[in-house]
Amino acid sequence: MTFDRGRGDTRRATPWREYLLFLLFVAPNVLLLFFFTYKPLYETVRLSFYNWDLISPVKIWVGLDNYRNYFDNDTNRYIIRNTFVFSFATVVGTLVIGLGLALLLNRPLRGRNAARTILFAPYVVSGAAIGIVWLFVFDPRFGLVAALLERLGTTSPNWYNDPNWAMPMVIIAFVWKNLGYAVVVYIAGLQTIPLELYEAARVDGAGAWARFRHVTIPHLSPVTFFLLVTSILSSMQAFDIIRVMTQGGPLDATKTMVYQVYEQGFVNYRVGAASTVATVLFIFLLAATVLQIRFLERRVHYS
Amino acid sequence: MARAVATGAELQQPKPRQRVAWRGAAGAIAQYGLMVLCVIVIFAPLLWMVGASLKTRQEIYSLPISWLPSSLHWENYRQAWTAVPFERYFFNSLVTTILGSALKVTNGVLTAYALVFLRFPRKDLVFLAILAALMVPEQVVLIPNYVLVSELNWVNTYQGIIIPGGGVAFGTFLMRQHFLTLPKEVIEAARIDGAGHLRMLWTIVLPMSRPTLITFTLITVVAKWNEYVWPLLVATDDKVRTLPLGLTQLQNSEGQTQWGVVMAGAVFVIVPILALFVWSQRHVVEGLTAGSVKG
Repeated sequence: MTFDRGRGDTRRATPWREYLLFLLFVAPNVLLLFFFTYKPLYETVRLSFYNWDLISPVKIWVGLDNYRNYFDNDTNRYIIRNTFVFSFATVVGTLVIGLGLALLLNRPLRGRNAARTILFAPYVVSGAAIGIVWLFVFDPRFGLVAALLERLGTTSPNWYNDPNWAMPMVIIAFVWKNLGYAVVVYIAGLQTIPLELYEAARVDGAGAWARFRHVTIPHLSPVTFFLLVTSILSSMQAFDIIRVMTQGGPLDATKTMVYQVYEQGFVNYRVGAASTVATVLFIFLLAATVLQIRFLERRVHYS
Repeated sequence: MARAVATGAELQQPKPRQRVAWRGAAGAIAQYGLMVLCVIVIFAPLLWMVGASLKTRQEIYSLPISWLPSSLHWENYRQAWTAVPFERYFFNSLVTTILGSALKVTNGVLTAYALVFLRFPRKDLVFLAILAALMVPEQVVLIPNYVLVSELNWVNTYQGIIIPGGGVAFGTFLMRQHFLTLPKEVIEAARIDGAGHLRMLWTIVLPMSRPTLITFTLITVVAKWNEYVWPLLVATDDKVRTLPLGLTQLQNSEGQTQWGVVMAGAVFVIVPILALFVWSQRHVVEGLTAGSVKG
């Protein structure tokens, strides 16, 4: 991908001045990434082999004990399960509703650009603010949802304190925030499909569903793949919405691995346990990121 | 569902028979209806927020629920502004967003320029080493970063909030991809004229890259303004607390008994970024969805 713009030039000596300038330009960024991304990644893995309370000068080496304790614990398994439930539900919700809305807003409707803007707006808004707004929307007595359910002749579940309803609550808020992103990406994808393909399918007697099934869906598969990976990554890193809405409760019902890293590290001061969760989470995320980078690379080569 | 599936070409086609035209009209109305409904559903929470921020306490906490405020009651805003030091939070958010974004954008631009226009052995490896940072999410490295920042005595300082996030991988990628598309001839002509690299960057490369630069800046500003988890750890003092954290402070102090005040606080946090977004939405959308679709 890279090419050397200086190749054609006739200077023979090594361009030391240019090398020096390169280093000057690149150094701040590389050093910051080294000290605040790469080195701490190594530190996280290292700390997962110790017990430490974040304050005392002594770290106690415990080998693989943290990992043994981590996997041999029902609460931790429950939290891993929560992480995957949250991720799965938000990814499926975002992609399915996102595709539906994209199909609608891809039609030549007046005002669709305004509609797209409105749909995208929640994506740029602070997750903490979104979480607080949705918390009020779900207020079991005075919230918007309670009012609507009242209209339908039923009462609101206790979204705050019922472990069965807290998770759907944060999932809805998260999907709402991220939906517009999927819509915009899907619309961009839809616009790359050549219209002739639909014409050809129509000539062949394909109905609307058949055209969707055999033209739209296959052509959207790269976009769907991209969205799938980015949505998995962002959902597994969700923190602000959960923190302001439920603090992982009630009874751990909305506690995910990211939340556990925060809680173990900065509330319980169990750095070893927190680092263990962080390391396991990193391995999960790495798998998804490798897929994403492959995708980016492919894009780069073709564009 | 099946109706929504056909493409734009269908509606633009002339419809020979009356019956088909009528069905088209009915379909169009259904689609408009559906679109309006979706917009309302998506917008409802934000309207609910603004509505509640203008209601009196009695209106919020009485049944049946009133959908709209009976009159514009601005008291909640005043109360939110004074219940916690919002003015300070605003200032802190501005400082960390502006300085943090400036650092990131400068780093991204300089790195991308060096990677594309300067000679260096194996600079593809340098690029890979930067890009690989995309694989390390912030949440995984919170603890060691906190330890480092507290060893530097940077807890509750602006540099503690800003510096750890100063490195940039995605923005470097974005700028580099754009620099690679710039016409070689212009760059070489400037070199022959004896322009130095800093001057070239400033007078030729950046002006030719305006849209990408704006996009990169905007997505950085949005991310900085909304940043939550890192400031939550290192900004525990109102002196440096940023808006999203201030909102949590307000929630803790007013809680579920003062929703009107809390919603007014949420408006303070949401409105500036929403205004920026509406003003520059094309660039923001472009930047945030970059890499998704070819071209």
